Amino acid sequence: MGIALQLLFTGLGVGSIYALVALGFVLIYRATNVVNFAQGDFAMLGAFAMVVLCIDIGIPYGVGIAITIVAMAVIGALFNLGVYYPLRHRSFLPVIISTIGASILLENGVLAAYGPRPQSLPGMFETQGFSVGPVFFDSQYLLIVGVGILLFGLQYLFFEHTILGKKMQATSQDKEMASLLGIPVATMIMLTFVYSAVLGGIAGILVAPILFVSVSMGSSIALKAFAASIIGGFGDVRGAIVGGLALGVVETFGAAYISVPYKDAFAFLVLFFFLLVRPQGIFGEKISEKA
Amino acid sequence: MSGVSAPPTALAELAARRERRGWILFAVAAIATLVLPLAVPLQAYHLNILMQASTYAIAVFGLTIVLGYAGQINLAQAAFFGIGAYSVALGTATYAMSFWVALAIGTAFAAVAGAALGLTSLRLGGHYLAMVTISFQTILSLVLANWVSFTRGPDGVTGIHRPSIFGHAIADSSHYLVLCIVALYIVGYLVWRLGHSRLGRSMQAVRDNELAAGVVGVNAYATKVIAFTLSAVLGGFGGGLFAGGFAYVSPDQFSFNESVVFLTMALLGGVRSPFGAALGTALLILLPESLRFLKAVYLAVYGCAVILIMVFMPEGIWGSFSALKRRLRPVRSVVDDVVPPLPLTARTAHAGDATLLEVSSLSKHFGGLKAVDQVSFTVRANTVHALIGPNGSGKTTLLNVLSGIYVPTGGEMNFEGRSITRLKPHERAANGIGRTFQNIRLFAAMSVIDNVIVGAQRRGNDVEGGDAGRRNLALAALGFVGLASRALDSVQGLSYGHQRLVEIARALAGNPRMLLLDEPGAGLNHHEKQELVGLLKRLRGHGLTIFIIDHDMNLVEQLADHITVLNFGRRIADGAPAEVLRHPEVIKAYLGEEAHRAVA
Repeated sequence: MGIALQLLFTGLGVGSIYALVALGFVLIYRATNVVNFAQGDFAMLGAFAMVVLCIDIGIPYGVGIAITIVAMAVIGALFNLGVYYPLRHRSFLPVIISTIGASILLENGVLAAYGPRPQSLPGMFETQGFSVGPVFFDSQYLLIVGVGILLFGLQYLFFEHTILGKKMQATSQDKEMASLLGIPVATMIMLTFVYSAVLGGIAGILVAPILFVSVSMGSSIALKAFAASIIGGFGDVRGAIVGGLALGVVETFGAAYISVPYKDAFAFLVLFFFLLVRPQGIFGEKISEKA
Repeated sequence: MSGVSAPPTALAELAARRERRGWILFAVAAIATLVLPLAVPLQAYHLNILMQASTYAIAVFGLTIVLGYAGQINLAQAAFFGIGAYSVALGTATYAMSFWVALAIGTAFAAVAGAALGLTSLRLGGHYLAMVTISFQTILSLVLANWVSFTRGPDGVTGIHRPSIFGHAIADSSHYLVLCIVALYIVGYLVWRLGHSRLGRSMQAVRDNELAAGVVGVNAYATKVIAFTLSAVLGGFGGGLFAGGFAYVSPDQFSFNESVVFLTMALLGGVRSPFGAALGTALLILLPESLRFLKAVYLAVYGCAVILIMVFMPEGIWGSFSALKRRLRPVRSVVDDVVPPLPLTARTAHAGDATLLEVSSLSKHFGGLKAVDQVSFTVRANTVHALIGPNGSGKTTLLNVLSGIYVPTGGEMNFEGRSITRLKPHERAANGIGRTFQNIRLFAAMSVIDNVIVGAQRRGNDVEGGDAGRRNLALAALGFVGLASRALDSVQGLSYGHQRLVEIARALAGNPRMLLLDEPGAGLNHHEKQELVGLLKRLRGHGLTIFIIDHDMNLVEQLADHITVLNFGRRIADGAPAEVLRHPEVIKAYLGEEAHRAVA
């Protein structure tokens, strides 16, 4: 029982990371109808930025985090300009392929600059954590869960209760109508990319002390986050969060009770199961086209 | 049924002449590349590069089919390549099988894996397929590296055997290379042929407009699964040959990165033609070898190249080259061609005014909205039946239910006495129900005649003479709507009114028993509308049963034998035009309560 609770806690921590990245996927998908296959690489870049700033240069964590977030915002804007914007009037396939190209470029650019050796980032807290009964609450995992909840809450307030948030929502639901109402659609899409790059960056900052910081960390997180958003119901914000948490838990239990080398395969097995049984996911994406 | 036996058209001659020229080029290239490795002594290093290029190109041909023809993404081509390679490796090294048996097994495994992936994910949107193929790639890489007792793990497999032909062992690398090149040419030819075949046209139709493809009679799901499976087969086949060439395989040769390399090759060369695939493969294998200084960052350069190709050269090198050629030497139109007659009367002659379509209590609800509510009516053969009603009255929804795009919430539809309620759009097309769309849905990247041939090749449409017969039928349909002279043009170059006529020709080429027209007059100017009325009158004269939605009362009055009126999803009138148009409910629906009183 104690072990199970411990695994549940760890799983929710890992799941929060998936949920954060999945959220980035969903936001961009809703704004542009495009799946950004470089979403995970935003996390990788955030993690590497922390290593460069706080280890190599030696800046304190707080400042490093602030700089990283600003840098991610800039990267999100550049990404929009270079990878999405020139293709915005084309069908979804060229854009998907373009984001895949961007993912390869980012990963191998970092690889060329930093080499293949995985880096590690020390934890952000003095204390490792504390125990309640048989369960050890690792402070980094607590931070991840806490920041996750905070961001989900802030995002809800932003999209439902601010004019800017509502403009972004309007853009994601109907670009043509939004532009007729005077909403600057291109700017809204730019902001969506900026925000999802920042979300990805935060996920990277949070996960850096837990995982090795490596070039491929982004794509492996992204694949699972993507699986999570399909399981939750693609394009649905609740789905991204629930799917991400669920996948984190399944994976942690699978690794503990079934097999460690195949840990990365569980997410995909769950995904295949969903595609067969309930392809629209938990919260159900509409899968039809209008005549 | 009689086929269209027309004299050989200029169109057919043009095609034949092109084909002859293509054959000569192909033969020259084949002989040159085959003789080269035999005549010129090559170093082992060069042999390896050529073997890699030829086996990779076979896998990239797979992407031509799935991505270029069918428009579906496959990010696991390296996994299928790996399945083929490991089958040959383990088959010959561990289980002492003959190379050919192992190659066949590997290709079959790849086919099964491809079919399984395609069947599970191709019902859904493209991003699911991207995700599922990446997942499959990831799982396969994990299995290759971790199932040490079977795959020998990260160390890889050595001691792979090469085949023998008629007892003659192909041990020498230059001989093996010849084998690979022969395979390359055969597969390349078949893939090129596929692009001009019935199946290939179906794939392209699905790529350009899946919904329209279904309505014209293409089983989109099956077509996509076949394309994906064929792609996997070529991946497995190429991988098997690759393993024989290098005598060593290891898991990292079949990673996701390699899938990306395959994709880049296809995109760079031009994804819609096997020539592009071969060109892209050759460039990306030969260039990095000559640009060795890029080695450290070559994948970053690939990534950058992918973005740049998508932005600046979406059709790839071969595609851009072909486009340039088309611009410099435009295709000769076939104005002077012999246009065969469209054999309409032979097909449409029904017995008297028998009931063709019977709709009873048909409903379609979207959540709480009753878009179509308990509607019943009967369409008799050889009549023009109009469905009218104010905006939002449910006309297009009803048409979508009739053509199978929407599943009805309740009710029954019988066509020629058989229930079609549960049939998919392509199955209804096979029963002889054709339709057009209000917002025109043509296959944008295909020529005018190819658009119409897709209509002609529906299942159940007996056309004598195979492809040539279908081409003649399509030309006849184009002639009927007055567009035969534009047969070879791209549909995107046509005016809006002409695009509408192509859509009608596409439906006519399928020899429909009944034609559903969704606001054919929408967006046409006065002159075009009069031409349309003339065309529809000619069709009626030939006895084709037409079910038409339109707003233009003038058009409806000129054509209709029978009118059904919808308002708020319910049928409010049904009968002969004169009485329906005087019906108080109808006047009220169209002109409002006041006008109704004034008229009364």
